[in-house]
Amino acid sequence: MTLRRDEVAKIAHLARLAVEPEALEPLRDELAGILRLVEQMDELDTDDILPMAHPLDMNQRLRPDEVTEENRREAYQAVAPLVENGLYLVPKVIE
Amino acid sequence: MSKDLHERSLRELAAGLAAGEFSSLELTEHFLARIRAHDGELNTFITVCEETARDQARAADERIRKGEAGPLTGIPLAHKDIFCTQGVKTSCGSFMLDNFVSPYDATVVEKLAGAGMVMLGKTNMDEFAMGSSNETSHYGPVRNPWDTERVPGGSSGGSAAAVAARLTPAATGTDTGGSIRQPAALCGVTGLKPTYGRVSRWGMIAFASSLDQAGPMARSAEDCARLLAAMAGFDPKDSTSVERPVDDYPGALDRPLEGLKLGLVEEFFDEGLDAEVAAAVETALNELKRLGAEVVEVSLPHSRYSVPAYYVVAPAECSSNLARYDGVRFGHRCEDPKDLEDLYKRSRAEGFGAEVKRRILIGTYALSAGYYDAYYLKAQKVRRIIADDFRRAFEQVDLLVGPASPEVAFELGAKADDPVAMYLSDIYTIAVNLAGLPALSMPAPKVRGLPTGLQLIGDYFDEARLLNAAHQLQKVTDWHLQRPQGY
Repeated sequence: MTLRRDEVAKIAHLARLAVEPEALEPLRDELAGILRLVEQMDELDTDDILPMAHPLDMNQRLRPDEVTEENRREAYQAVAPLVENGLYLVPKVIE
Repeated sequence: MSKDLHERSLRELAAGLAAGEFSSLELTEHFLARIRAHDGELNTFITVCEETARDQARAADERIRKGEAGPLTGIPLAHKDIFCTQGVKTSCGSFMLDNFVSPYDATVVEKLAGAGMVMLGKTNMDEFAMGSSNETSHYGPVRNPWDTERVPGGSSGGSAAAVAARLTPAATGTDTGGSIRQPAALCGVTGLKPTYGRVSRWGMIAFASSLDQAGPMARSAEDCARLLAAMAGFDPKDSTSVERPVDDYPGALDRPLEGLKLGLVEEFFDEGLDAEVAAAVETALNELKRLGAEVVEVSLPHSRYSVPAYYVVAPAECSSNLARYDGVRFGHRCEDPKDLEDLYKRSRAEGFGAEVKRRILIGTYALSAGYYDAYYLKAQKVRRIIADDFRRAFEQVDLLVGPASPEVAFELGAKADDPVAMYLSDIYTIAVNLAGLPALSMPAPKVRGLPTGLQLIGDYFDEARLLNAAHQLQKVTDWHLQRPQGY
């Protein structure tokens, strides 16, 4: 499996990670090395195997539809980079 | 002269507190002084909580005076910095969370505080628990007290090294691919990764949610049993927490090992294993045989595919979990973002280190359109094959045994530039996480003056038997009592 430079740039965009153009090449080599390790899986025939998403066979638990959480907005917003009047501030999205 | 406070087991500390031989405050001051004396060199703590520790110790002393103490009341411990601690910086070893003071406590933190334990501070770790040497921490590497030019292992490297250097009697760790067991092996302490779902993950910063599990790290299996008794249990706040009674771990320690059937995992004694480490593991095994255990060879034929499968499953889950660090609600935000996309991209690029970025990118790739079947679905199928290997093995034996790490602690920097070589440090631990089984690492004989780890793997929810076997071995050996020179 070879990974192209533009594919690395695309993945970085999907992951919302800024990558300097000169960093793409070394990053591509590192990722390709990891993918070579990963692709050892291809030696195994897995046609009739059921995928395992989770270690325990369990169902999601349901709980009664009751309010259990208190409002702690101020405590949670105390660690936010920028808030005003209880709102998180970000750069303007809609002109 | 009586035994040094930092050489005592949790049972001995509880007895000393109950008898009034020393107070929790005195005990806490003793360990805070040791941290001040030694941690400049070792770097095991990211945050030391001197004042809150003293307050908790005074409260514990009050409880003891009133006769309301439990087995852990007044005993100090350290939490890996992955556990949220209300009012205390919780960095997860990352610059991304360098400014994060948690508004709530993790369930594990709450439970151990409720038991009356005193939090000395938060231990250093690989960034977001991604690493096997503690070198990816934003706060600098931890040094191994057995040889300060060597790594302590990771990701719970700070917890392992702090316990080994007697800077704390106990610590918490987390294990996603070996992050409790491998550092326990490299630092010569005992660490247990419980069955997935046994200990609540609530408030434990998520890396790979189908693999992450918290557990105790201490100097002996007996100490770990006492800690796990307080940590384990159902938590409605964790949707994968298991509703099942907690076994009496301390109560099961003294069962004789007569008739215990151990399976030696053939595949763990491969060409990648240091020959002297193999010999150390065999010495430990011979002691188990002398205690009445029977040893047979068993095969986990697909175990060599565990590292490849893990490096799809874990990065995929990591890329999804770490999407929450967007520079908006908490954590690092870049300066002067020109628009929202720039805010996301630069905040994340500045906040995360190189290894975390690699895993996010691998995970994003594995989950992206056109590659999902080849990577993620394939890895989930391989995961099933690996779990089935274990299921068959446990039809034949009670516990599996092998090394916890293929080698002793390596030198700082030795693998820092080679991600794949670093990943292979966890070759004997990762399969256990994919299956969700419990396992522990405990000290075996030293090799070239450095600790080695014997790994015991149990069937689902068989922590009591794991701790029992480890305790019986520790009763007749002293590998776990040896301490690094100078500490």
